[in-house]
Amino acid sequence: MSDVIVQSGQEVVGVSRITGPIMIVEGAANVSYDEVVEIRDGRGNLRRGRVLEVGEKTCVVQVFAGSTGLSIDGTRVRFLGDTLRIPVAEEMLGRVFDGLGNPLDGGPQPLTDHFADVNGQPINPTARIYPRDYIQTGVSAIDGLNTLLRGQKLPIFSGAGMPHDQLAAQIVRQATLGAPTDAPSAEAEQFAIVFAAMGVKHDVANFFRRSFTDSGALTRVAMFLNLADDPPVERLVTPRAALTLAEYLAYEKGMHVLVVLTDMTNYCEALRQISNIRGEVPSRKGYPGYLYSDLASLYERTGRIRTSEGSITQIPILTMPSDDITHPVPDLTGYITEGQITLGRELDHSGIYPPIAVLPSLSRLMKDGIGQGRTRGDHPRWGAQLYAAYAHMQDVRSLASVIGEEELGEVDQKYLKFGRAFEKEFINQSPTENRTIEQTLSIGWRLLSMLPKDELTRVSLDELKQYYQGEDAKH
Amino acid sequence: MSEQVGVVTWISGPVVRARGSRYVGMLELVEVGEDRLVGEVIGLNGDIITVQVYEETSGMKPGAPVYGTGLPLSVELGPGLLKSIFDGVQRPLPLIEIESGSFIGRGMRLDPLYRKDRWKFNPTAKVGDVVSRSAIIGTVMETETFEHRIMVPADLSGTLTWVAPAGDYTIEDPIAKLKVGNEEKVLTMLQRWPVRRPRPYMTRMRGTTPLITGQRVLDTFFPVSKGGAAGIPGPFGSGKTVTQHSIAKWADAQVIVYIGCGERGNEMTEVLQEFPHLVDPRSGRPLMERTVLIANTSNMPVAAREASIYTGITIAEYYRDMGYHVALMADSTSRWAEALREVSGRLEEMPAEEGYPAYLAGRLAEFYERAGYVETMNDHIGSVTIVGAVSPPGGDFSEPVTQHTKRFIRCFWALDKSLSSARHFPSINWLDSYSEYLDDVADWWQEKVGKDWLKMRNHAMELLSEESRLSQIVKLVGPDALPDEERLVLETSRLLREGFLQQNAMDKVDAFSTIQKQIRMLELILYFHERGLRIVKHGAPISLIHNLPIVDTLIRMKSIVPNEELEKMDDIQKQIDDQMSQLDVEYR
Ligand SMILES: Nc1ncnc2c1ncn2[C@@H]1O[C@H](COP(=O)(O)OP(=O)(O)OP(=O)(O)O)[C@@H](O)[C@H]1O
Ligand SMILES: [Mg+2]
Repeated sequence: MSDVIVQSGQEVVGVSRITGPIMIVEGAANVSYDEVVEIRDGRGNLRRGRVLEVGEKTCVVQVFAGSTGLSIDGTRVRFLGDTLRIPVAEEMLGRVFDGLGNPLDGGPQPLTDHFADVNGQPINPTARIYPRDYIQTGVSAIDGLNTLLRGQKLPIFSGAGMPHDQLAAQIVRQATLGAPTDAPSAEAEQFAIVFAAMGVKHDVANFFRRSFTDSGALTRVAMFLNLADDPPVERLVTPRAALTLAEYLAYEKGMHVLVVLTDMTNYCEALRQISNIRGEVPSRKGYPGYLYSDLASLYERTGRIRTSEGSITQIPILTMPSDDITHPVPDLTGYITEGQITLGRELDHSGIYPPIAVLPSLSRLMKDGIGQGRTRGDHPRWGAQLYAAYAHMQDVRSLASVIGEEELGEVDQKYLKFGRAFEKEFINQSPTENRTIEQTLSIGWRLLSMLPKDELTRVSLDELKQYYQGEDAKH
Repeated sequence: MSEQVGVVTWISGPVVRARGSRYVGMLELVEVGEDRLVGEVIGLNGDIITVQVYEETSGMKPGAPVYGTGLPLSVELGPGLLKSIFDGVQRPLPLIEIESGSFIGRGMRLDPLYRKDRWKFNPTAKVGDVVSRSAIIGTVMETETFEHRIMVPADLSGTLTWVAPAGDYTIEDPIAKLKVGNEEKVLTMLQRWPVRRPRPYMTRMRGTTPLITGQRVLDTFFPVSKGGAAGIPGPFGSGKTVTQHSIAKWADAQVIVYIGCGERGNEMTEVLQEFPHLVDPRSGRPLMERTVLIANTSNMPVAAREASIYTGITIAEYYRDMGYHVALMADSTSRWAEALREVSGRLEEMPAEEGYPAYLAGRLAEFYERAGYVETMNDHIGSVTIVGAVSPPGGDFSEPVTQHTKRFIRCFWALDKSLSSARHFPSINWLDSYSEYLDDVADWWQEKVGKDWLKMRNHAMELLSEESRLSQIVKLVGPDALPDEERLVLETSRLLREGFLQQNAMDKVDAFSTIQKQIRMLELILYFHERGLRIVKHGAPISLIHNLPIVDTLIRMKSIVPNEELEKMDDIQKQIDDQMSQLDVEYR
């Protein structure tokens, strides 16, 4: 971790205070805001940090590795004169890095003179291409009802103990560019996966590595790992380092990059910790008021631009504390991302995999990537109908729990049956099952056909004629 | 033109302190550092100047120079605003792209309005005319159909000593000379106005014309008047942006100002790529030609996000002053409030509720006060309608931004998570929403459609509230326990919800309904209820009514009857008659 990327600069002794990972440095002149520093402890070991605030004589420095082992007297600080940069190169695929972008696999520093600022720069809205190409993930609840598009940011909202890692791995493994059902499939394209772990356990990182290996994708994956026992402050850099590489691969090398970030909740906790130590005015639950802007500076690094063939698609994963979707981390994430895949505890308990709760899930870009010429003409209304029917079924289900199933009217009983079948046959599938969009659509129609025809007001009459297979199909 | 007025002493994100306050004024525009990043003075204390910088400050050092400009933060006004897209401080994003590529670079100084275009100026005033503030002295066709009225600056009046002859001019060419006291001022088509100062008008009037949006739940149930202010609060994914886009597309305003304030990049791209291809149903021209976009997305500098709202409203007022009806969308005012909070936090001000500064309510009031239906300084009628999205944390409406906003708006479109989860769109909750403009616009409706709109609307609302009460009972005992008359209320309410209130923004026919279609749809649903009630009272079981084919037709009529073919509604009415009469006969 001693590889110093930026050379030279002034070295000062003069640490006047250390609180947690925050250090106040006195007597440094010519320091710039957001500059990287190198800190040498009493034993000569190096670690890095970043300037958070700078005055004429003092500045506030955040130490990535934390301050354990630093003393006021023995510490020397060198200002490196530049913002934090990491090397970016195609050969970083197939490699493993720490949370700051240093090699962790025993291999050499990537050989390149291309160093990019980890903060990136905002994409000009006029330079974007609006996403329209759908990605077939082979998971019915996603492809059918929450379609993922290339260039979209679609997080997984999960809870402790639910199979979000398994689902993310399945998506990564099965994702192919969807083609209209009647068109020839697109030729193989340059793809890459950038994986960033923030504060997750070793076995989670290992699980993903195994999954990449099994699918033969490992040589196309770059992993940035800040694990549970790594310094928390470092994880503020980890997603930025990962996205910096992703931007290079997508916008300069024309690749289609899928970025998996896990677990955003840990990232936010690190941010909260720094904020609290600095005594900033908190907003909700102690998180800083700028949490929204900070998260946006990560999530908005997604999309397509006109000057490149490539794209960045993001799948951030977060665990909702006490499954609470109104907690600031999922809440602010949902306000920035283009929808969310929400996992449900009840489905998980009843053994449904993937336990995707379809009602609180949403893909906002879906509308532009499905339908005639993309998936199939009936897809939009088919989806609306399944949603409406399943939503109504929830009401019926709660009524049944009060008055008993036998007391329900005939139609409502059908809804109940539909609901059960929907969960068991549509949502539920095996972690290795890769369904085509055609298969997904036809399962949906089969289930809708369990309901009386005149309940299906969201689909068109022509579609009913073509696809409805229920008892009253004839009239 | 700008001289050094101070030296930077402290930097924390967008907030910079410098020494040297004798030379600058509060709210003055300054340039900071070697890159000359643009900022605004937001505090003066002793010799310390506090500046909020509109760009990323990474790499800036204490000791860097601060230059004054002597001017407050202003926008450029003139022909060429329409069809543009700017950032929060009115930098033209397409030119930024040409200069710095796909990513927004720093320290770029670009004129908001393009200087080289020539516009065909037609004078309407002559030498010797005594003109007052905002007087119209000529016109320019800004697009093929839009007449841009060239006005005397809103803070000048005097006698015209020269007026340019009709011809092609750039916005910097002189087009008139104005004698103000002993001074002669050269007027051009380009003017500036400080964004934080409302532009003057003659008198404020009561708005009695609704802003027609083509959205049934808004126009028929919760209308906003032209010059009014509406708020759309709702949790994430509940439909704020889609609703605002729909209004921007279909509202009968002559100019739309759309501010993407701290929201997604892709949403602005969507507007940019879609609007040029959509046709304004009224002018027959591409929608983009009446639109000005301000995009300061969530990852763009936060101080410029704060400014974006003022940039937008000032442009809106400028078109209002020409005598136009302008609708302004702000998505989302919560992100703007958060920008205030973030800057306030860095200033270490005393926070009030949830970290927001104590002046939050004041700022919100000032913003919404800039909506209005007015007689302009030049005796025209113009208006600015504000539609502000609110993004309450956790969807909880008791938070400060929603609560304060409620004090300053008169129309509240409450979005509801449970409706959007069930894919009932627009997910505007009919029981939690309200409009205080109902009585103001009732006469207008009467005049336009010749029917008692308010009475029908209120009747429908009664049915819906009755439904809500009844469904509490249903939840406990099931629908069978209700008498058939009440079950008919449930049936009709379902028609109102699914057939009328639900409107699919993505469906070609359904996306926009004329008021004629709206009133006719409502009328037919209420007619169904009236006929149904008679039959039920005579003892017909509700299931017979439920199974009539007309029920399905009434739910589908929104997407099977286009605005241009309303005569099909007469067919539907006839079907009601036919099917009901049959039951009538059976159960007499
Ligand atoms: N009128 C409508 N017709 C059809 N679909 C709609 C409508 N309104 C909303 N939706 C659906 O809901 C999704 C979310 O809507 P929208 O993006 O407007 O939410 P929002 O309230 O702006 O959320 P956020 O606060 O996160 O920006 C849309 O992508 C679309 O799928
Ligand atoms: Mg939105």
